[in-house]
Amino acid sequence: MSAALYATSTNEHTDEHYLAMDLLRFTTAGSVDDGKSTLIGRLLYDSKAIFEDTLENLERVTEQRGEETLNLALLTDGLRAEREQGITIDVAYRYFATPKRKFIIADTPGHIQYTRNMVTGASTANLAIILIDARKGVIEQTCRHSFIASLIGIPHVIVAVNKMDLVDFSEARFQEIVAQYSEFASRLNIPDIKFIPISALHGDNVVENSARMPWYQGGALLYTLETVYIGSDLNHIDPRFPVQTVIRPNNDAHHDFRGFAGRVAGGVFKPGDEIISLPSGLPAVIKSIHGPEGELAEAFAPMSVAITLDREIDSSRGDLFAKPHNQPVVTQDIEAMVCWFSPIKLNPAGKYILRHATRETKCAVKAVRYKVNINTLHKNTEDLTIGMNDIGRIHVRTAVPLMIDPYKRNRTTGSFIIIDEFTNATVGAGMIMWPDGSDRPQSEQFADMGGL
Amino acid sequence: MSSYNLTHLAQLEHEAIFVLREVAAQFERPALLFSGGKDSIVMARLAQKAFAPAKLPFPLVHVDTGHNFSEAIEYRDWFAEDVGARLIVRYVADSIKAGRCQEEKGLNPSRNGLQTVTLLDTIEEFKFDACLGGARRDEEKARAKERFFSHRDEFGQWDPKNQRPELWNLFNGRKNQGEHFRVFPLSNWTEMDVWQYIAREKLKIPSIYFSHQRRVVNRNGVLLAESPFITLLDGEHYEERTVRYRTVGDSTCTGAVESPASTMAEIIQEVASARVTERGTRADDKRSESSMEDRKKAGYF
Ligand SMILES: Nc1nc2c(ncn2[C@@H]2O[C@H](COP(=O)(O)OP(=O)(O)OP(=O)(O)O)[C@@H](O)[C@H]2O)c(=O)[nH]1
Ligand SMILES: [Mg+2]
Repeated sequence: MSAALYATSTNEHTDEHYLAMDLLRFTTAGSVDDGKSTLIGRLLYDSKAIFEDTLENLERVTEQRGEETLNLALLTDGLRAEREQGITIDVAYRYFATPKRKFIIADTPGHIQYTRNMVTGASTANLAIILIDARKGVIEQTCRHSFIASLIGIPHVIVAVNKMDLVDFSEARFQEIVAQYSEFASRLNIPDIKFIPISALHGDNVVENSARMPWYQGGALLYTLETVYIGSDLNHIDPRFPVQTVIRPNNDAHHDFRGFAGRVAGGVFKPGDEIISLPSGLPAVIKSIHGPEGELAEAFAPMSVAITLDREIDSSRGDLFAKPHNQPVVTQDIEAMVCWFSPIKLNPAGKYILRHATRETKCAVKAVRYKVNINTLHKNTEDLTIGMNDIGRIHVRTAVPLMIDPYKRNRTTGSFIIIDEFTNATVGAGMIMWPDGSDRPQSEQFADMGGL
Repeated sequence: MSSYNLTHLAQLEHEAIFVLREVAAQFERPALLFSGGKDSIVMARLAQKAFAPAKLPFPLVHVDTGHNFSEAIEYRDWFAEDVGARLIVRYVADSIKAGRCQEEKGLNPSRNGLQTVTLLDTIEEFKFDACLGGARRDEEKARAKERFFSHRDEFGQWDPKNQRPELWNLFNGRKNQGEHFRVFPLSNWTEMDVWQYIAREKLKIPSIYFSHQRRVVNRNGVLLAESPFITLLDGEHYEERTVRYRTVGDSTCTGAVESPASTMAEIIQEVASARVTERGTRADDKRSESSMEDRKKAGYF
């Protein structure tokens, strides 16, 4: 070995505490200018998570812009166009850790034009901080983002009533907004909602509890983020393994190796388990499972592994392994809630590309069942045009069968994206409902709106 | 259910492997951009794991500025041979000779920006449709905005105002003729995660990441290594310091940090208590507020 290389010595080890910390992924949401980016900046600043050179840079830029107080929104609004317009355009991801937790933050735009980027940030979050400007109260964009958070299945929401400094830190105003939001949210499917009055600009109740709002007895925002219980949204019950690619080494040492590579989307797989490859229905038994650190006794979501089988079966990318007694629905007809991103309206007669798990297929939208009125959450069955930022329920027919579960049950086998055939743009996101297209049981009527 | 837990480092590892396999499955001619720096080493290691026991299903590609650290080049060659991968090297000097771009003038001439020309030419030469990069979102504010699958138009340009939405783990790699993708499997990794992984995997890395004696000149707070490509100004002089590198790019624009850290454990300690960002040592980022964004729009890594 060359002198230029350095082998790490064996007694060195990774930092156990660092590795043991759990991870919370959260996103911001709310209308334009409600103070989302300022809040993230404040959170990082007050928890001393900003590096010296970043801070010096921020001071310099703030000064160049002729602003008096440090513009904390610039910590996430990093694009030239964002800084020119003073708005967020696309999601910025920030990473920070306190002694208690590691955080991945997605700071998303509030502007309605960029709703698609808000959905991008929300799709991988466990918690959403929804900001409301205390002067304005609940407005349409608050409703839209809350509804999207609920559809996507974000289990925890913190409603941060911001700019309390502009309403004299009034408890009455805060309570008014709490009541207003609670009324709206009762029609959603978000199990855990907390309210915190804050001033992102001045730091009240962000990292430290504010002396200016003694009437607020709850924890500051950071404390809440550090202590909220994070349950897993992964499914460890229904075995699902979408085949991503097949690994076939063309060398003598591994001549017969044929590994089905993929990421476990649900349940647990073990060597010796009988599986069934869908849609063909061919059975086989798992011979071995190979993970990044070697052979495994079991694999569960979200592990990336390679599975070998006891016999040769015809299976490849786009297929899915399940177990004989627990299978997804195999169908070409899908009922789903769709969130539309394209300025070109959904064309009910048009053909699109649909990507679901590892499978890509052509599809046609057979019917638009209804469009959701964002403010009232009522189903509109009169006006069925789905335009940019609309959310509605559709029936899609695919060219080949898909192996699906309801989104509520499994995020991977329950979601898909719609792609425009000509521009290749991602124009819609779908969350699958009951596969047979029937109406859900009576007890699920609210879930219909919020959590599918 | 609580027994089905993964450490966050393991979660990142599984995520990156998923992305790497998605690239192999969705594209016809992918390539892995390999510089011999720590991020590309981690990415290449993950790629090895993603396709084991088969070999890497794509070549390693390096754009050599001619101003690279010899240690990184030596490492690059050793690594490619060690993993049995095909290594493609293209030289900025050749692009200059061919009149595709011009050597910078002035005080701090750097070939860093010129790499873009050579990179895009290489992509065209081999018809690569996806290039895997080791960039992380925590590195820089423009990178913080990047998708895992980042679309590039037929001129190799990035349009940050109009990125495709990227939902869940459904990556849309569809494109028209002549367009390509940059894919970043380490998007969610931090500098700390990268070091923890290097330690966990006991990866070999170029020696310049560890503390050593080196003659450097202090230019605007950046400690630049002695090299034939740097002209000393009036009043400047080289002096020997105990340094290491946090990031390894072009020697003309990557600064060293003074550090006694000579073991993995010491480096991790140092990263944990660092007060400046890793790219704080990069003169290329200091050129203007939006230098990274501008370079990326033009097709940079
Ligand atoms: N007075 C006062 N102003 C605030 C507060 N929080 C934010 N602002 C101001 O509100 C404006 C908008 O703040 P941003 O943080 O950019 O808002 P945003 O929600 O990120 O906006 P988009 O990302 O474009 O949707 C800025 O001028 C902030 O200084 C606050 O608590 N009090
Ligand atoms: Mg913002």
